[in-house]
Amino acid sequence: MNPTDLTALEIRDEIAKGSLSAREATRAFLARAERLEPQIRAYLSLATETALARAGELDALQARGQSKGRLHGVPLAVKDIISVRGMPCTCGSRILEGYVPPYDATVITRLLNEGAVLLGKTNLDEFAMGSSTENSGYRATRNPWDVSRVPGGSSGGSAAAVAARETPAALGTDTGGSVRQPAALCGVVGLKPTYGRVSRYGLVAFASSLDQVGPIGRSVSDTALLLGLTAGHDPLDSTSALEPVDDYLGRLSEGVRGLRVGVPRDLPTEGLDPDVESAYRESIATLQGLGVEPVDIELPTAPHAVACYYLISTAEASSNLARYDGVRYGFRASGENDLRGMYRRTRHHGFGAEVKRRIILGTYVLSAGYYDAYYLKAQKVRTLISRDFQRAFEHVDAITMPTSPVPAFRLGEKIEDPLQMYLTDIFTITASLVGLPAISVPAGFSREGLPVGVQLLGNHFAEATVLRLAHAFEQATDFARKRPSLD
Amino acid sequence: MPKVTKRDVEKIADLAHLELSEEEKEKFAAQLDEILAYAKRIDSLGTEGVEPTSHALLRDDAFREDEERPSLTRDEVLDLSPGKTNKGDGLIRVPKVIP
Repeated sequence: MNPTDLTALEIRDEIAKGSLSAREATRAFLARAERLEPQIRAYLSLATETALARAGELDALQARGQSKGRLHGVPLAVKDIISVRGMPCTCGSRILEGYVPPYDATVITRLLNEGAVLLGKTNLDEFAMGSSTENSGYRATRNPWDVSRVPGGSSGGSAAAVAARETPAALGTDTGGSVRQPAALCGVVGLKPTYGRVSRYGLVAFASSLDQVGPIGRSVSDTALLLGLTAGHDPLDSTSALEPVDDYLGRLSEGVRGLRVGVPRDLPTEGLDPDVESAYRESIATLQGLGVEPVDIELPTAPHAVACYYLISTAEASSNLARYDGVRYGFRASGENDLRGMYRRTRHHGFGAEVKRRIILGTYVLSAGYYDAYYLKAQKVRTLISRDFQRAFEHVDAITMPTSPVPAFRLGEKIEDPLQMYLTDIFTITASLVGLPAISVPAGFSREGLPVGVQLLGNHFAEATVLRLAHAFEQATDFARKRPSLD
Repeated sequence: MPKVTKRDVEKIADLAHLELSEEEKEKFAAQLDEILAYAKRIDSLGTEGVEPTSHALLRDDAFREDEERPSLTRDEVLDLSPGKTNKGDGLIRVPKVIP
């Protein structure tokens, strides 16, 4: 048995049965990562020694007849914007070079308490700002299906590591599509939970009214497992929800017959790749074959989502990123004789182009004279978009859309054109603005053999419904079982 | 809508405590102009009497007792600073505050 062929759930079960040790599993993924990293560059740091030592402790515990929990011995990777005590946390930015958090994020505490083994931290667009992972201050991650192409972003390192089987599953974060879009481009499953479903304590903030932590895996079951173990109220995050956590994994096979899935009538087709569109249409037919009823719906304000999102998220980012000033952590520029000069120079050298661009845009839309015209207007439009969705959910159980309008694009193709890059988020951003749970599941391949994903969106806290639909779709198709040829 | 100028970018960068190169200023002015022109499409939606949304879902009951609880130690926190003094005096060194 090669552990790198297994999903997180399968690894957990093999370890529980005693047919695989935590150390064997950990060693296998680390060895594969060592071998493939020169090509893929999914990780920013590997925690080889810590991971092996931890796996050894878990094996010793099991030898005494004990189990640490529901992830006993399962290796995982973590996007490098989530704090893990003792591991570097760069956020993909030079401004946090050398920063090692002295505490664990709540999601990390929960996963460790269940017996997870953390392999390392994965690459991302700087501070999660981007759709290709090219904005990383360290290196560009490659798409395992075609290394001349991007893995998507911003959780591109996590998605590529999962697709290349350098980890069974990973955590990402999603502000405007950063879990779902790279999952689609890498042919894996990515789930953004409802806003507030998962604690953000220890997640470095980008846009606080939108950020969520979400799992990426090679099966819907793995994302259901990880959601169940990370979700739930956290007294350390005042925006975390009190709603009880559902049995996401147990309810996967409840069946989908009779569920009503909304199909938006006027999807923006400008820039929509024909292969993505046909995979999307076929996915609706597949769902229909499973007894799902497609329902025509209207989301008239949805075409305004990208504009609305880039006004709100940059405004919040400009405020959240004010803390990086070279005083308390990370990088400090030298040679300045006064404090203000030191701030300005540190930020000049520490931040990359996209982060600077968003700080400028966000500061602009919040500045005197523009606040009402841009920021306040966008917040009101956000209300209108939410109303569209609430109206739709009076008639349907879920809504389906493509995930990304295009399959993986080439490195360098969009990097000089920020607006074109922003428009790749057109289908993921609505769920973010409204705070809805949404999953991207593999739905086919382009003529060039690149993976295509479709999205299922649910009402607030209806993760169990979208997971169930995604699971039924996955079982009825074989797209998620196809693998990139890297060996 | 007035065009975003290099001077506007300089003003904004100053508010954000961000030094930019001449090249960055030129480039961001043009890109900002293009992005804002695109963003202006939201003006076609009427929002008279519509309440703004600050969070997708916001709890209004996120209160807790104001109780003492453990936190990171001063040394753990100071140790992260690029300006730590290494003298155990609990200080962070920064350049002159008043130039």
